[in-house]
Amino acid sequence: MIEAPEQTQVKIVEPTIFELSSPGRTGVTFPASDVPETALPPEELLRPDLPLPELAEVDVVRHYMHLSSFNYSVDTGFYPLGSCTMKYNPKINEDTCRLPGFLYTHPLQPIETVQGNLALMYQLQEWLKEISGFAGVTLQPAAGAHGEFTGVLIMRAYHKSRGDHKRVKMLIPDSAHGTNPASSGMMGLQVVQIPSDSRGNVDLKALEAACDDTVVGMMLTNPNTLGLFDENIEKVIELVHGCGGLMYGDGANLNALLGIVRPGDLGFDVMHFNLHKTFAVPHGGGGPGSGPVGVAAHLVDFLPEPIVGIIEEGEDDMPPLYGFVKPAKTIGRMKAFHGHFGGGLVRAFTYIAMHGPDGLKDIAQYAVLNANYLQARLRNTYHIPYDRTCMHEFVAEGRFEGSDVRALDIAKRLMDYNFHPPTNYFPLIVHEALMIEPTETENKDTLDAFADALIKIAEEAKTQPELVKSAPHTTKFGRMDEVKAARELVLCCWLPENYDLEA
Amino acid sequence: MTYIPISPKERDAMLATIGVQSLDELFEDVPAKHRFPKLDLPPALTEMEALDELSGLAQANENVRSDLISFLGAGMYNHYIPSVVDHILRRGEFYTAYTPYQPEISQGTLQAIFEYQSLMCALTGMEVSNASHYDGATAAAEAVNMAFAQFRGKRRKVVVAPTVHPQYRAVIRTYTQGMDLQLAGDDQFPITDYQPSDLLSLVDDATCLVIVQYPDFFGRIYDYTKLIEGIHAKGALACIVANPTALALFKTPGSMGADIVVGDGQPLGIPMWYGGPSVGFFTTRKQYVHKMAGRLVGETVDSKGQRSYVLTLTAREQHIKRERATSNICTNQGLVALGTAVYLSLLGKKGLRQVAELCYQKAHYAAAQLSKIEGMGLCFSEPFFHEFALCVNRPVEEVNAHLLEHGILGGYDLGQDYPALKDHMLIAVTEMNTKEDIDTLVEVLSEVSHD
Repeated sequence: MIEAPEQTQVKIVEPTIFELSSPGRTGVTFPASDVPETALPPEELLRPDLPLPELAEVDVVRHYMHLSSFNYSVDTGFYPLGSCTMKYNPKINEDTCRLPGFLYTHPLQPIETVQGNLALMYQLQEWLKEISGFAGVTLQPAAGAHGEFTGVLIMRAYHKSRGDHKRVKMLIPDSAHGTNPASSGMMGLQVVQIPSDSRGNVDLKALEAACDDTVVGMMLTNPNTLGLFDENIEKVIELVHGCGGLMYGDGANLNALLGIVRPGDLGFDVMHFNLHKTFAVPHGGGGPGSGPVGVAAHLVDFLPEPIVGIIEEGEDDMPPLYGFVKPAKTIGRMKAFHGHFGGGLVRAFTYIAMHGPDGLKDIAQYAVLNANYLQARLRNTYHIPYDRTCMHEFVAEGRFEGSDVRALDIAKRLMDYNFHPPTNYFPLIVHEALMIEPTETENKDTLDAFADALIKIAEEAKTQPELVKSAPHTTKFGRMDEVKAARELVLCCWLPENYDLEA
Repeated sequence: MTYIPISPKERDAMLATIGVQSLDELFEDVPAKHRFPKLDLPPALTEMEALDELSGLAQANENVRSDLISFLGAGMYNHYIPSVVDHILRRGEFYTAYTPYQPEISQGTLQAIFEYQSLMCALTGMEVSNASHYDGATAAAEAVNMAFAQFRGKRRKVVVAPTVHPQYRAVIRTYTQGMDLQLAGDDQFPITDYQPSDLLSLVDDATCLVIVQYPDFFGRIYDYTKLIEGIHAKGALACIVANPTALALFKTPGSMGADIVVGDGQPLGIPMWYGGPSVGFFTTRKQYVHKMAGRLVGETVDSKGQRSYVLTLTAREQHIKRERATSNICTNQGLVALGTAVYLSLLGKKGLRQVAELCYQKAHYAAAQLSKIEGMGLCFSEPFFHEFALCVNRPVEEVNAHLLEHGILGGYDLGQDYPALKDHMLIAVTEMNTKEDIDTLVEVLSEVSHD
């Protein structure tokens, strides 16, 4: 049985939109119908009541403005969340993606009426191919995890098309993102975990032992989640290819590689991009993302349908006619319509167009500079278990000898210094992990202030551990009772009529 | 240009702290022969040039606000979006935040998602909602995953009505190709005579899920209560793919006994944006909450005794369960879900009902006028919402080309997916279409019939 919430003791900071409702208020009105009236269908097909809130426009605006003030964001401060590439999102992208020609086009319009959209998509496919060294790209996947799923489907389809049915194993390093095994699991594949060696690279001996003719392939993030570029990357790929497997690149960390190295040149067969990380599509409080997938020449026929192609070549002043094409052995459709066109593709297109080849290389170089600078400043205070030149991020241990302060406490205490905490407890192979990714869009002053705060917290952990363990102190909200949330499962502030609380 | 705020002098100081001479030195782990490729990309544009370039591309399209009168729907709809929605979505505090892993400084996002979940429950008549999926099609595919997991793989058949959106059915096929699952119903009935109750002949003890659409792909409204009773009698779950605008007017899927209700939230204040991003809503009964994929926000209290919200039941998710997770979903459509919540808050009880009634009235006026045209007629006689199948008695492509010459974006060509409905188009009418628009359509189509 679910206990009634203890309403009397709980303080409400901002009422819910339902609590703010007052019968009779309206937020927007529409023009009256201008057509002769048709009777509604019989009552048994209609709903008796629509239990939505009733508010005026100002009520709605104030409510959401209050809520917005409870959020930490890139626009308000440093957000070094490892593996998430929380870079600054240029404002011009917000304008270009909202041009009426993009906003108000229907995905099923005849291609002749949407040549601007199709030209943009075609060009973006070409640019992503050039940046990554792949032969084909689909823009359809909605997010990184969706791109991964697409990639795994392509790998499976490739082996099947060759009559190679015994491949059931996916090799995944112990440092991998959870989405890698989950994407493989969705396909019913068996996941074989490959350990990392003492320098944070894939353990070659273990990999060699796992490589046989039942291997679908390997999913590898490189730079990996320790922020390290695998020193034996060519050997790793050679081993996987040697047993007939395909090499999947998790593009989560592509920010470190722009203009530095192309995964396709290294021998990767398939990779997803995270346009919301690398190409500054904003994260939106958890989406929408955008996860295009690039593939090498032997996998182009398996891409999801449709992709954008040239239907008729252009001549002299005539641009080509762009349209949709279906790859010969396509795995099918990954979502309705053509991917996250407006929110993802237009913003990423704008971003790449404004950077050009040199600007893209600058992104990677400064992202790596910032990470190494922070690592250098923190090295003497925080233990860095895999300590070598990092790429765009690094992982420190959030624990100190003689103190029971944990990574979580350090994360929470950072909020008191006005910083968003790094990712913690990931990757799983580092104890009390603090995974720090500063990105290229932070200046030296910010990095210094952040390093100073972390050094100060390390000292507090020894001198005033209770202060750190009870942090944050200066934020509007304190630590949450997560057990209560999971036990009581109040997931909605409105319940249907006759809802049985005992069920 | 770039957005890097580091001066050359600061850069050099930082390199010195690191102990290297140059930026290039940081990349010695990268195989030398592939290091620093020369990318064949156009040179960088300034902001001014980029805006010009993008404006040119946008203007190369014909859009449904200033260039075309649209009667095209088929899963994405041209509705009015009140100004407030985008003003809220443009707040950097919302759109430049990440998934709310640190609840103390993410209560804005968390409460907004909690309210989104509540609004979706209110709309569908269901008990729990997750924080969203990519779109309606992937939400439908996740319903299959959930039902499959619910029976622990012991029931391996899914029945999908042929009147579910063709692209949704295609996505379900893609998603399930590694699952050793039988998909039935898709092409087993003559579409012109099909009735939802026909599906029961396919439901057996091996069936885990039956999926129907509401209104169906042809815009028709059915009371699925009896069908769902039949599905439940076989022990299977029932999923309804619903249009959220229609739910303002018609009986809720929850009251029909549905176990899962999914759909695309685009009609709720989200621009069509050439197909995305939109948002897939996913609601179900509380008893299935542990099998539901996706992020979930729950209410709790903080250390100061304040009501607050956290991501909960995270043990179901991929970062904990890894290969044993039912889904790999990681991000949701946070910002788009926020947009739908703002839209629903603003329109509220009266506004959404008004939009639904306007759609209904205008679509019925259009249907009545169009069916008077000689040689044309409605394909079906069931009650419908804001879309209907019209027989135009000649190739739809030809008819649409003619309409386009008159600035009209015609209906969806049903013959592409249903050979029996060759020469039929699916016409969508919303509050955006005036009587004058509809009369123009009728007039131009009358010309076609006399050609």
